[in-house]
Amino acid sequence: MGFFQRLKSGLAKTRQAFTDRIRDVLGRRKIDDDVYEDLEDILLGADLGVSTTEELLNALVKEAKRRKLETADQLIPVLRDLILEIFKENNIEVPAAPRGLQVLLVVGVNGVGKTTTIGKLAHHYLSTGKKVLLAAGDTFRAAAIEQLAVWGERAGVDVIRQNQGADAAAVIFDGIQAAKARSADLLICDTAGRLQNKAHLMEELQKIHRIIKREVPDGNHEVLLVLDATTGQNAIVQAKVFNEVAELTGIVLTKLDGTAKGGVVIAIQQELKIPIQWVGVGEGMDDLQPFSAQEFVEALFEKV
Amino acid sequence: MFDTLTNRLQGAFQRLRGKGRLTEDDVKEAMREVRRALLEADVNHVVAKEFTERVREKAVGQEVLQSLTAAQQVVKIVHDELIDLMGGSQEKIARASKPPTVVMMVGLQGAGKTTAAAKLARYLTMQEHRRPLLVAADIYRPAAIDQLKVLGEQVKVPVFSIESGAKPQEIVQGALAEARRGGYDYVLVDTAGRLHIDEDLMKELDDLVEIASPDEILLVIDAMTGQDAINVAQNFHDRLHLTGLVLTKLDGDTRGGAALTVRHVTGCPVKFVGTGEKTDALEPFYPDRLASRILGMGDVLTLIEKAQATFDEKEAKDLEAKIRRNEFTLEDFLNQLRQMRNMGPLDQLLGMIPGMNKLKQQMEGRSIDESQIGKVEAIILSMTREERQKPELVMKSSSRRVRVAKGSGTQVKDVNQLLQRFEEMRKMMKMFSGPGAKRKMRGLGDLTSAMQGGSGTAQPRTHRHKKKR
Repeated sequence: MGFFQRLKSGLAKTRQAFTDRIRDVLGRRKIDDDVYEDLEDILLGADLGVSTTEELLNALVKEAKRRKLETADQLIPVLRDLILEIFKENNIEVPAAPRGLQVLLVVGVNGVGKTTTIGKLAHHYLSTGKKVLLAAGDTFRAAAIEQLAVWGERAGVDVIRQNQGADAAAVIFDGIQAAKARSADLLICDTAGRLQNKAHLMEELQKIHRIIKREVPDGNHEVLLVLDATTGQNAIVQAKVFNEVAELTGIVLTKLDGTAKGGVVIAIQQELKIPIQWVGVGEGMDDLQPFSAQEFVEALFEKV
Repeated sequence: MFDTLTNRLQGAFQRLRGKGRLTEDDVKEAMREVRRALLEADVNHVVAKEFTERVREKAVGQEVLQSLTAAQQVVKIVHDELIDLMGGSQEKIARASKPPTVVMMVGLQGAGKTTAAAKLARYLTMQEHRRPLLVAADIYRPAAIDQLKVLGEQVKVPVFSIESGAKPQEIVQGALAEARRGGYDYVLVDTAGRLHIDEDLMKELDDLVEIASPDEILLVIDAMTGQDAINVAQNFHDRLHLTGLVLTKLDGDTRGGAALTVRHVTGCPVKFVGTGEKTDALEPFYPDRLASRILGMGDVLTLIEKAQATFDEKEAKDLEAKIRRNEFTLEDFLNQLRQMRNMGPLDQLLGMIPGMNKLKQQMEGRSIDESQIGKVEAIILSMTREERQKPELVMKSSSRRVRVAKGSGTQVKDVNQLLQRFEEMRKMMKMFSGPGAKRKMRGLGDLTSAMQGGSGTAQPRTHRHKKKR
């Protein structure tokens, strides 16, 4: 069973066929500057950012000329494929996990939904028959430990914890020892939210990561960055800096149940090639889905 | 990755030299760059469009002032307009004629409502000498009530909560009674984070508003929010008639364009900004600073404040005086470097200094090596006391330079480079300090390019953006 095995896709919203919906937006107009401008608005409005939007549109213009396309609705499948191309390497089917304890470190800026995501992940892995343990590594924020404890209770997994203000790295070290002692399959580590420009907090994270690397063989640890889909272009900087500090192996895109599109992950994908593994779509235990590039790209063009 | 707007506009205006008046075409080209800058800062694309339209109208036909280049002039118009849009001056928190004043904090999940509520409570106690009561009305997020309680303890403000099973409506009702009984003059309601499209939870807010008839409904919004800020603000405002905004996580490195979007949509003033996780990190809002930040023009004031927080005040005053008298020595420089290291990553600090953004860009990829500081430290420490006071001594004497290089395990060229940089820095500091600093700052663009020329780095080719359609 793969480490990141897909959830049963019963949760996926049924969606209209992509091309049908887009036709509403653009219609069968003749391709002109206005059409491109409308497309530009859609892409910018979905947080793709200026550079990525420009690149995509330039490529689209080229393709349209090459294929001698005439009406707006013909552009859409081409644009969709251009974006899907970017996600081509987004492979979430990680090869089967090696034997022994797996450690999953969950990182991100403040308020993106790390703790909630951990609750959902714990629930998911428990349901795949793994023995899961949590480590309450957010020793900074008030009541963060209690929050994780509640999620632990809901999911039915134990939480390794110390008091608020304790050294986060020590808590995670304890977590690893406890997980080994209890021969758990998976330890999920919570960390305090930290803005990526806070040098000392990033150093702390580096230390945590170092300890995990020291205690657990390579291939048995992963680092997940949690990104809030509501976030704009700063998400690129977040991904870059967290990747430098803690070698990210995957991204979780949360809060996709709102009206935000999270298009900034396209730029992140282009630049850093860190696979997007999960999307968060609500506050319930089951509201975590494997990322589907197809669905994600289609949703970009859905009207708010 | 972010080009500064001025740099870009300079590219766009290259062919404009010697013109007396901005024509429609010139301005059109410039507005494309302005729009791009706004978009990169996460200003909503619709808002950016409207905004640039407004600026365009203002800019066309303006005479190019002798003192400014056309590019700088357009930036100034944009900057002024941004400040104008974000509400020229600060606005204080409401105070009801008949206490208690009820303040409700609303917003999406993870925006920072609970933290902001505690900060506001502290602010009201410490700065305004009020007696606030915090109300824990977030019954959904696990441990949200605990969080507020812990924070309440930290800021020494009582927290009203009902343990099990109470609805937010009941909690707020209870809190109001408690506030009247206990003679509290502010009631700060921390509500649960919710999506603006969650009908049930939005209905709950309607109820709370009806029960408490708040004097102030503050939308708490994450400064890093992207394009969706427009939907969030619109929905919350349509529903609740917001009275103000709290912009959180501004201590990050986001440009914060969402503030402009939200302000544009709601017309509500930003009343506070959150600048850290500690409970005292709540500040009044300065539109001019955010305007500069959105435009990537640096944020000297923030830098100065950050420095102030790190330096002790007397030290800062001494330093200021020294700079004014041009007595800033290598020793002071070393001290400062060490303190700067405590302030955060260097390249971020650089980004806050106007004109330095260009420098920062050149360093992109080979980001400022913090170990360089160690090198600088070694060089300065290898000088005699006298040499540190009077760097000219080392500059003039090659035998001293060789000695210092040997002593610090570096090359003579490193020593030369440090001395040269230090001189440049000294000049620049002189410009920043003293009367007329603001006026002088305009000359900075030239200075930085002179600096870059001086230190032998190649100018980056300004990539000119052209629409290819």
